[in-house]
Amino acid sequence: MAFIPHTETDVREMLRAIGVDSIDQLFDEIPSALRVDGLKGIPNALNEMGITRVMHRRSVRDGEPLTFIGAGAYEHHIPAAVWEIATRGEFYSAYTPYQAEASQGTLQLIYEFQTMMASLTGLDVSNASMYDGASALGEAALMAVRANRKSSSARVLMPRTLHPLYSKVAKAVAGNQGLEFVDIDYDHANGTLNLEALEAAAQGDLTALVIPQPNFLGRFEDVDALTDWAHAREAQVIAVVNPMSLALIKPPGEWGEKGADIACGEGQPLGVPLSSGGPYFGFMTCRQSWVRQMPGRIVGRTTDLDGRTGYVLTLQAREQHIRRSKATSNICTNQGLMVTGATIYMSLLGAEGLAGVATACMANTARMLEVLGKVDGVELAFTGPQFHEAVIKLDCPVAPVLEHLASQGIAGGYDLSVDYPELGNALLVCATETKSEEDIVMFGEALGRAVAAVAGGEALSAEKLT
Amino acid sequence: MADVPGDLKYSKDHEWVRLEEDGDVTIGVTDHAQAALGDMVFVELPEIGATLAEGDACAVVESVKAASDVYSPLNGEVIGVNDALADAPELVNQDPYGDGWIYRMKLDNEDDLDELMSAEEYLALLEDEA
Repeated sequence: MAFIPHTETDVREMLRAIGVDSIDQLFDEIPSALRVDGLKGIPNALNEMGITRVMHRRSVRDGEPLTFIGAGAYEHHIPAAVWEIATRGEFYSAYTPYQAEASQGTLQLIYEFQTMMASLTGLDVSNASMYDGASALGEAALMAVRANRKSSSARVLMPRTLHPLYSKVAKAVAGNQGLEFVDIDYDHANGTLNLEALEAAAQGDLTALVIPQPNFLGRFEDVDALTDWAHAREAQVIAVVNPMSLALIKPPGEWGEKGADIACGEGQPLGVPLSSGGPYFGFMTCRQSWVRQMPGRIVGRTTDLDGRTGYVLTLQAREQHIRRSKATSNICTNQGLMVTGATIYMSLLGAEGLAGVATACMANTARMLEVLGKVDGVELAFTGPQFHEAVIKLDCPVAPVLEHLASQGIAGGYDLSVDYPELGNALLVCATETKSEEDIVMFGEALGRAVAAVAGGEALSAEKLT
Repeated sequence: MADVPGDLKYSKDHEWVRLEEDGDVTIGVTDHAQAALGDMVFVELPEIGATLAEGDACAVVESVKAASDVYSPLNGEVIGVNDALADAPELVNQDPYGDGWIYRMKLDNEDDLDELMSAEEYLALLEDEA
């Protein structure tokens, strides 16, 4: 099937009309040094039959393990109605339409989504979505630099309790645009941001502080004190939050005396399946005063000449089709289909339903920690409340334990030893509302067997060596 | 025809400059510029205390049609901004040379004013552009 609507005749006629012989000639002002001759490492195109086969093979490889891994993407129950409704012909598109105002239904849905996200985060305005949570943070950092005109350093403080991949992506997105990201160490004994390290890094001009809540280690940061600390230094506060947790905990808009300036995060927990890692979507909200610095599309509600409600794309002077190189971002479309799913998910659950899911996650995680804490060779890394994730420490290497668990059909968690070597044999485990008492007990038993086998094997090989 | 007061100086980017009695200058966009841009919906003002070099983009005027940078026509320091524009950007349309002023600046060197256009020269530029 041809997805490009222009026939060769169309192309020839268009070229003739503008007096150019070929498409190459049309672009000949672009220097050859800037041109790409083919893309390396990109496989050949496949037809539908071929690609279906590849994707099936890959999905089988993922399997359907009993999942205790979170680390940024979370397994939640998704009511069957969500994707049944989202895949109706009226909704089924990944794009905001080019003739946007002709698609009132799409715009209304995005408007409802924005209202829900603003409400969840306790802030004034939301955009129509970002690519994912990590790139949303990169955009939020750029936005903070634009909005904070009292600061000239473009220094953004990034706690190590932030998701390590978010940190990498933000540096990749914004690092070459004059921003300086400063990593702030955490308190290794309790898994939250180290205030002394923060003070030490805060010498001189600051543009923004990133605060993850809950943080990557599942811990709660002292967001009120951190927010006030940043504002006292005229730095902006960027909240990185799990939207599901906001049904229970204080939203960024209420942090400290003035609230966070920008909130962003990963929208996947709101009705988007894990799907081998994507597609997901990011969200971003902010205070009204910074709206002109916000990237992405924003849908507004208005009335037409006859007084009827209508929806429009608004504040477009921020965008590249008007502001060109000075646009707030080159993001021009959004993860429309994922947003549709999330909006339906939130509509079906409502505020009470979301709070119910969040409460069940927290209760299951507390129960899981109770069970895992009693397993031989396992101890809890930190004490205190956790949302739906926590760090446990093993008395043997993590990777072979995870392999052992995988062989029993269990995705046992995220190995922290690469990104957080100072924590030793640390494993990040997660229990959402999808886990039953039996699942948790089974996980505890399997983990005990795995640790015993790995530790025993190590002892055996150590004996052989001596 | 656009209003071009004879007592002001002008830049090729359609800003006007008025030398005040205290030696500071007031800067805004010309009647021609406001008419070309259309109804203003937002003005992003410079930061007081900012040091500007000639040609620096220091403010943004956003209309229903477009968003355009305002370039500083002179070197100096921003000493005042027209806060009234935050709630009433339409002042730029209604009174571009009066209540629609954008910012005030302390000049590094008053002689720089001589580099700008007179009203006659600016009128000639407008005719050329037309």
